[in-house]
Parts: sequence; C-alpha cells; structure tokens
Amino acid sequence: MGSLVTSEWFRLVLGLVIVLAFSQLNALFLVWLERKVAGHIQLRIGPKEVGPFGLLQTIVDGLKLVGKELITPRSADSRLFPIAPVLVFMPVLVGFLVLPFAPNLIIRDMNVGVLLIFAFSAFTVLAILAGGWASNNKYALLGAIRSVAQNVAYEIPLLLAVLSVVLMVNSFQFSEIVKGQERVWFFLIQPVAALIYLICATAETNRAPFDIPEAESELVAGFHTEFSGMRFGLFFLAEYTNMFIVSAVATSLFFGGWHGPFGLDLGVPGIVWFLAKTYVLIFVIMWVRWTFPRLRFDQLMNLSWKFMIPLSLANLVVTAIVLKLV
Amino acid sequence: MATSKVAPGEPVIKFALLDDVLNLARANSLWPMTFGLACCAIEMMAAGASRFDLDRFGAGVFRPSPRQSDLMIVAGTISRKMAPAIQMLWDQMPNPKWCIAMGNCAISGGPFEYDGQYAIVPGADLIVPVDIYVPGCPPRPEGLIQGFLALEDKITKGENRNLLRRFRRTGRKSGS
Repeated sequence: MGSLVTSEWFRLVLGLVIVLAFSQLNALFLVWLERKVAGHIQLRIGPKEVGPFGLLQTIVDGLKLVGKELITPRSADSRLFPIAPVLVFMPVLVGFLVLPFAPNLIIRDMNVGVLLIFAFSAFTVLAILAGGWASNNKYALLGAIRSVAQNVAYEIPLLLAVLSVVLMVNSFQFSEIVKGQERVWFFLIQPVAALIYLICATAETNRAPFDIPEAESELVAGFHTEFSGMRFGLFFLAEYTNMFIVSAVATSLFFGGWHGPFGLDLGVPGIVWFLAKTYVLIFVIMWVRWTFPRLRFDQLMNLSWKFMIPLSLANLVVTAIVLKLV
Repeated sequence: MATSKVAPGEPVIKFALLDDVLNLARANSLWPMTFGLACCAIEMMAAGASRFDLDRFGAGVFRPSPRQSDLMIVAGTISRKMAPAIQMLWDQMPNPKWCIAMGNCAISGGPFEYDGQYAIVPGADLIVPVDIYVPGCPPRPEGLIQGFLALEDKITKGENRNLLRRFRRTGRKSGS
C-alpha cells in the first residue's frame, strides 16, 4: 500500500483530480467575483438574490448552460466544432502541473517549468482559431484571426520580460525562481519587466482593454459567436482558469511566490501567501477591465510592435549587462 | 412489489426533481439578448444600469450572440423590414427560450397601428411566441423588472404553454 501512495502514477492521478476540482471551483468563484466587482465599479450591487451575496449565481448559471440545447450550425465543420471547446480547456489544465503553490506543493517541479507553461498557453490560440474556423461564420473567423494576430504580437514581449527574470536566476525551474526572491521580490528589481508581463498577460488572456477578439460592438461575440450551451461555458471556464494561471505565474516570477514580503513569513503558510497574491492580481485584472475602454486594432498592434517589444528588448540587454558587471 | 399502471399519454419516466431544479436554475439565470428596436430599449438599458440593476436577479448578462441567450426582449416598434430579422434571431436562439414583449408597440402596435398603416407589424406575438407582456409607452424599468419576476414565476411553476412551438424547429420561408 505504501508503494502505491508514493508511486508516481498515484501522485499524477491525485494531482489531476485536485486540479480539475480546483479549476472548476476557482472559475465559479471568479465569475461571481467578476460580476460583483463590475457591479460595484458601476455603482450597482451585482448578483444578490440567488444564495447569500449571490454566491450561488454561477452554479445556477452552470446548471442552466448544461440544460441548454447544443446547436451545431449546418455549415459548420461537424468534427472540429464540438472538440474546439475541449481543445481550448486542455492546455489550460497543463499549466497547473508546474505551478509552485508552496515549497512541497508542486505536482512536477520540472527544470523547464516556465517554458512548459508558455508553450502550452500558445496552444490555446490554436484552439481558438480552430473554434472560429469550424464555426464557418464570418464574425467568428474574424475574431479568431484577430486573436492569433494579437497573441503573436504579445507573446514576444511577454517572453522577453520573463527571460530577464530567468537571466537573474539562471534557471527555468519555478522553485528556483521563487527561492531567489526570499529577500526581495523581483518586481522591485525588474519593475519594467513586471509591468510588461502584466500588460501582455492581459492581452494573452483576451481580456479588456485587449478583448478585440470578442469585441461586442464589432464582431457579434467574436470567436465563440456560434457556440451555445456548455460549449460556450467551456470557453468561459477556460478564460477564467487562464486568468488564474497567468496571475499565478506573475506571482511566482515577480511577486515572491510563497514568500511573504522582505523575508517576513508571519507564520502564515506559503500556500496562503501564494493564493492571496494571485487573487489580488486577478482583482487588478478585473479592475482594469471595468475601467478602461477597448483599444482599436491598430492601436493594439502599435502598442506591441512599436513600444513593448523595443522596451522589453532594452530591458533584457540592460539586465544582461548589469549581471555581467556585478 | 406493487406495480402501477401508466396512464395513456403520460410519460413512462418522469424526471420531476431534475426538471424542478433545472427550471429553478433557468428562472434565476435569464440571459437576455443585447437587442433593442426603439425607445423601449433605452428603458431596458436603464433597467440594466446602476439604479435598477437587473444583475441582482442574475439577468444582467446581456449576451451579444443569440446562441448564448435565453430571453428575447422585443423592446420597441417592429417595422416590417425588421420582422424577418427578429424571426431569424428567435430561430437562432437555443431551446429552452422565452420572450418578453416590452411596450405597447411590441404588444399591439401602439400609436402606430391605425387603419391603412403599412409600415409596422402590430404585435410581437404575430411573429414569435410571447410569454410575458409588459405594457407602457415606454414601461418604466420597474415595469420590466416586474415582467422578469413574472417570467421567473412562470418558469419555476413549470408552465409550458409554448412547449410545442418552442421545441419544434420549422424552416423559415424565404422572402416572407
């Protein structure tokens, strides 16, 4: 029995079950939080009637989505259309494999953890393109094309910003990167990289002000125009889980992971620090969404190619020179 | 073990509890379509905004795509040119779906209905099955909220007056 509990397979299965349960619960909570935050920013109350503080609202929404009819348009690609929502959710789950929740709470502490997460987050774009293409709808296709263009543009400054942190630690391993921030969190040493990362992460998750792939005012609902019921629900779940992953990566790269500020742990367990910082970052992303208007497409492209990429390149070169001199 | 006879016309298997739970969920998560025709739409927007806040009842998620919405609020005058578009949007919505006719124009044509008029469709119920009528010209947001609550009552009671019309997809005649 002891060999079963300690075996690699048991760990993987247990990790998968926990990750699936956590991602669903997290998405339920985040959708409720988003509606509450939106409500209070717009001087409203938000969901209130269903359950205490409207907490059951998302469960009710999910039940309703399960009970809705699944429409496959006649001209849609009948094989690609149903699997596109699953494809979009799959790479998001892989991200949980390497996230460092606490010193002993990493499913697989890989030495290429950072690379793995960003490689799979690029796969989400392919799934969105598959969904938009399979719908055979002009708005869905335009949304998917925009999503691809946006992600190609913002992947580069994102990775360059991450690279400057990797240069400082000399490792792609998440646990090493977090251990390097025991005293000082990296956003104090690398403020430019942290800012670039946050901006690009918002763009990567297709959230406002960078939500042009699903711009309601131009493209009905963007790439998920034709998806009904739980298929749309999966796109929604993937977006919110993606938001969690992006914020968790930001926490472990720039905001000290499981460490408290300036080496003070205050007796609080590492996972509490980690989750608290992650949810604060998620709140900031929501705050930005309900505060700023959507960018125009050319403004979005100019921001990335003319401003963010040169800035992140300069940041990387300066980091390299300083590291060589010190 | 007692065996009970199934009355003719009654379904053999009934999912009463499941249906109740689903109906409760549907009633509390009515996502309307972002869709307005005339001045009633302004009152509909007001109902969603800060003073009245439809989101309290879980009905504030205005979906831009008909594929993701449960409720069509026909808010305003239906001109003859708009009628086919409304029918198409209704056909594009997934079942189960509901419809609120908001304002006098959507109920009966309102002030635009007179002998010899040729421009408007007098009443949304001529083109789509309407569940709730909210009178007024335009109705105040409170009126629309009362309409929502009436619709929620109707759904939780399991009343399926429009069942046949709602669940049967019929081909649209071209150039109607």
